[in-house]
Amino acid sequence: MLAIFVEMFSYDFILRALIVGVLVSLCSALLGVSLVLKRYSMIGDGLSHVGFSALAFAMVLNIAPLYVAIPVVVVAAFLLLRLSENGKIRGDAAIAMISSGALALGVFAISITKGMNVDMSSYMFGSILAMDNSDVVLSICLSIMVLCLFAIFYNRIFAVTFDENFARATGINAERYNALIAFLSAVTIVLGMRMMGALLISSLIVFPPLSSMQIFKTFRNVVLSSALLSVGCFLLGLCVSYLWATPTGASVVMANILAFLFFYSIGFARDRMKG
Amino acid sequence: MSLISCQDVTFSYEGRNVITGLNFAVDKGDYLCIVGENGSGKSTLIKGILQLKAANKGFLTLGDGLRLNEIGYLPQQTNVQKDFPASVWEVVLSGCLNALGYKPFFGKNEITRANEQMQTLHISNLRNCCYRDLSGGQQQRVLLARALCASHKLLVLDEPVTGLDPVVTMQFYHLLKEINRAQGVSIIMVTHDIKEAVSQADHILHLHNKQLYFGSVSGYMNTALGKFFSGGGQDACNLR
Repeated sequence: MLAIFVEMFSYDFILRALIVGVLVSLCSALLGVSLVLKRYSMIGDGLSHVGFSALAFAMVLNIAPLYVAIPVVVVAAFLLLRLSENGKIRGDAAIAMISSGALALGVFAISITKGMNVDMSSYMFGSILAMDNSDVVLSICLSIMVLCLFAIFYNRIFAVTFDENFARATGINAERYNALIAFLSAVTIVLGMRMMGALLISSLIVFPPLSSMQIFKTFRNVVLSSALLSVGCFLLGLCVSYLWATPTGASVVMANILAFLFFYSIGFARDRMKG
Repeated sequence: MSLISCQDVTFSYEGRNVITGLNFAVDKGDYLCIVGENGSGKSTLIKGILQLKAANKGFLTLGDGLRLNEIGYLPQQTNVQKDFPASVWEVVLSGCLNALGYKPFFGKNEITRANEQMQTLHISNLRNCCYRDLSGGQQQRVLLARALCASHKLLVLDEPVTGLDPVVTMQFYHLLKEINRAQGVSIIMVTHDIKEAVSQADHILHLHNKQLYFGSVSGYMNTALGKFFSGGGQDACNLR
């Protein structure tokens, strides 16, 4: 058993995936708690599709993908936030429109210039081979930024998530914190989407918080539990994907599904016992 | 000087006046009820008082050392809160945020303050309970404690007893009265229950897209308006 792990982590690409994956799982779980509670779960999905489109264009134009995708997705995040707060098109419809529109745009651009190929499927469903060393460095820096900002503004993020009106009344600039959450989510999604895949990355945002909410009843415990759970599921998924040669993204999501079912049954059983 | 004073204030949305001709003042220790039907401009006025919406005409000024973020607000319940995992302690403590300034975390002062408010409202035993598992009355007490953490000068309550049963409603009103009298906290409460407003408050502001009445409760009871609305079902039917 130990030998397998030693062998597994002797590969550079797995080590890179491990570092980026753990950091991204941590960030997305923390932000996910706030996004899920604010009814913004779909924004994660929308952003990842925009990210796919940005990666496709970066590939067509031969530019380093992260440098294109991060600014584009950050801008999209602010737009989505604006649309869900006010505007003539309802928030959920706007997200559906933007995500399918962006996906189509990306597919269109690639197929015109390079034809449908393996790269595209790896963007959609993720690939563990996608990252090089410079990506890893960038991921580490940005993840640390996300974690620090989340920790510093933890109390304010709680207040804005729990009750925006009260937060505003006590002089907290709620828009600024909504924008902060959107910005951090955008960065996290782009960092994680090449390993997890554009279609699967949003699961990292919704699953760990939702699983944790089945059992834990305070905000702090939900945040801590989803962070741990998310990292645990990622590690499990990574091992499974190595042992059985399954795609990493899908394996991580499978681990998250199992964790959710497990937490859900515990919560269900506990409520039953209480009567 | 009054905590809040309105001089000929008008609020409007997209050029249409929602409420005009507001002239009233709230002094230290006052208990003011804002009454009126749905759509009469009560919520808009609350937004104005909380400085979330600027007056389109006239002057709404804060005085007597009341700072912008020193208003304790008890909002109407939103949907998000109903399934929100948060302990009572986390909710109450979040009321102290305006005292933090640029500090990221709560210190000793904020924690003491939150503990005191929980004792005042007899919810210390609920400290570790989940907010969503509480009864409606308990939830309102928690939100009241949070509002008191934010301010010891002025509380603004928006329809605080909606959905509470009669006994709990009476307890809640009693609690408010006690806070108002014992601690000298001024209270502004929005309600559509005029009978209760008259029995609880010392001042009434009656709105119907303009200011129909502002003054003491006894004065209100002498007006035709006051008699009409507070007289109960029978009188109101006769008048119609």
